[in-house]
Amino acid sequence: METWEIEFEPHGESEQQDNGNGHDGINVGKYERIASAVGGGALVGYALKSRSKVGVALGLVGAGLLYRGATGQCEAYRALGVNTADSHEDVARDVHIEKSITIGVAPNELYKFWRNFENLPQFMEDLESVTQLDGNRSHWVAKGPAGAKVEWDAEIYNEQEGEFIAWRSLENADITNAGSVHFEEAPGGRGTYLKVVLNYNPPGGKAAQLFARLFGNEPGQLVDSNLRRLKQLLEAGEFPTTEGQSSGRETSTEENTKAEPLAGRAAAGASFGGERGTR
Amino acid sequence: MKALCWYGKYDVRVQDVPDPKILNPRDAVLKITTTAICGSDLHLYDGYIPSMMKGDILGHEFMGEVVELGSAVTNLKVGDRVVVPFTIACGRCFFCKKGLWSACDNSNPNAGMAETLYGFSGSGLFGYSHMMGGYAGGQAEYVRVPFADVGPIKIPDGLNDEQVLFLSDIFPTGYMAAENCNIQRGDTVAVWGCGPVGQFAIKSAYLLGAERVIAIDDNPDRLRMAAEDGRAETLNFADEDIYEKLRSMTGGMGPDACIDAVGLEAHGHTLDAIYDRAKAAMFMATDRPHALRQAIYACRKGGTVSVPGVYGGFLDKFPFGSAFAKGLTFKMGQTHVHKYLPQLLELVQLGQIDPSFVITHRMSLEDAADAYSTFKQQNDGCIKVVLKPGLQARANGNGNGTGH
Repeated sequence: METWEIEFEPHGESEQQDNGNGHDGINVGKYERIASAVGGGALVGYALKSRSKVGVALGLVGAGLLYRGATGQCEAYRALGVNTADSHEDVARDVHIEKSITIGVAPNELYKFWRNFENLPQFMEDLESVTQLDGNRSHWVAKGPAGAKVEWDAEIYNEQEGEFIAWRSLENADITNAGSVHFEEAPGGRGTYLKVVLNYNPPGGKAAQLFARLFGNEPGQLVDSNLRRLKQLLEAGEFPTTEGQSSGRETSTEENTKAEPLAGRAAAGASFGGERGTR
Repeated sequence: MKALCWYGKYDVRVQDVPDPKILNPRDAVLKITTTAICGSDLHLYDGYIPSMMKGDILGHEFMGEVVELGSAVTNLKVGDRVVVPFTIACGRCFFCKKGLWSACDNSNPNAGMAETLYGFSGSGLFGYSHMMGGYAGGQAEYVRVPFADVGPIKIPDGLNDEQVLFLSDIFPTGYMAAENCNIQRGDTVAVWGCGPVGQFAIKSAYLLGAERVIAIDDNPDRLRMAAEDGRAETLNFADEDIYEKLRSMTGGMGPDACIDAVGLEAHGHTLDAIYDRAKAAMFMATDRPHALRQAIYACRKGGTVSVPGVYGGFLDKFPFGSAFAKGLTFKMGQTHVHKYLPQLLELVQLGQIDPSFVITHRMSLEDAADAYSTFKQQNDGCIKVVLKPGLQARANGNGNGTGH
């Protein structure tokens, strides 16, 4: 359960007063303000509907975020000496993800498949398309938050055939990002140890990341699930699915085909009560 | 079509649902001819398994006739009569190639969910919660079978449904449980739980060369079946101190191998069993491992504890010190059904076993909700229920009838 870690560095008492204030007291970045406002609004809305103790607590958090979004000022950031309003956004560093998987395909074959970036949307659910512009440059279109599209151009800045590929976004990217993928021969004919390293600055910065985690869309999970899909595609030749199968539910909407995430409930015995697992 | 759907604790209903269709190239659709209720379905019925959704179709023991095939399935044809393993496996990943079919890496669409709870995900299963893939089960008129090019086994003419249906789960499960005991000449195997899996574990232990099999339960019907069909010596845990009795029956040594064919809902009359029940009721523990504790305690030094019974979560007061002190070996897990199908089908063909001996009730699919209740209450001598779509609805079948 790493879901609730919030990465605030501890700071000394003396630093608290004079650090973390930008001009006009604004210390929250633009995208982060938008995300704060939207997320805060959602939480307040949820609180008004649910009326439980947890709902009220979330509602208070939501109200704080709304304020933060509207004014660009965050007391917590001020207290902690954090200022995201003035940060440089051209180096991908806010989110760092490393994930590995074993795929029963030789490193060279896997390298070739990946090197053609236009293959990536086949298994990356968040990617809409990748278009090769020339040997090293490509144009990426991904699904952003709330149905928005996010686009950027990327270049390969380092690679070794059959071993690794490293790329980064170019100027004017909607999301500043950089990544690399590494192909290592797995022992005993097991295929390839595939490792993906991803760094990016999501729109909305750390606050957006916090929301993503709150609502079960943690970026590391998405990479995990995308890598699993790549493995399924290359080994089994298809993605296992239950979407469109029979059930006693009258409608089989997207929402209905997904059970509640188990994260956070595994340790609580109550989740085994049976009824809890249903909607 | 008609299908048995789960709605909550003790709430299952037969209702009309959409017919299944091919969703992937390696899929098949079967018309079910015979299906069964498994003891592990009762864990769902009792609300012990997390990540169920209202309307889920249950059932993982089924067979039928191929009516539709995906474009990538070339080894089957429409009209083939097949039995389907309850574990869903791709046949191509590291685990499938190693024969560890129930550990398949590629068949659970919700693998992330199982990973959160268990560290890694096993294979997808039919009709056994969304954490295990959320696949619709086969207590229905039709079922969709993923990876149909590696799962289903064709049934030769001359064998009827009831002789081969249990190749889908309980026969291989009992067989693997016995195989996991690494039975040597002169060995005594004790089996906790004389439900259908226990019955097959008893027969399999003899098939694999056990000298003696001792069967433990508190249900007189099940004990009678274990004695009469299985040739086991039987102990009723309501009347006997199991540890003392097993010890005295084995010259003070204890059984060489102990099989827990009970799983997470063990009941018993000892203090620890009552404690478990209270704790589970308060949501302070998830599983009730009373039988497993007893098996560990009773097993001889250096022996094997084999666990085909299903466990789902966290065990309390688990006597690991005893297991360590005696140097026990533990073997467990979902059955690698695919691996056992050819050899067990051959045993049936050779007449070395007729798996239909466990059937006590034959009912129509339409009466499946009643069947769950009968099975759960162990009413009317119920040990194993088979369901047939369209079978003339009637009260309860009879132990030795043909059911047709």
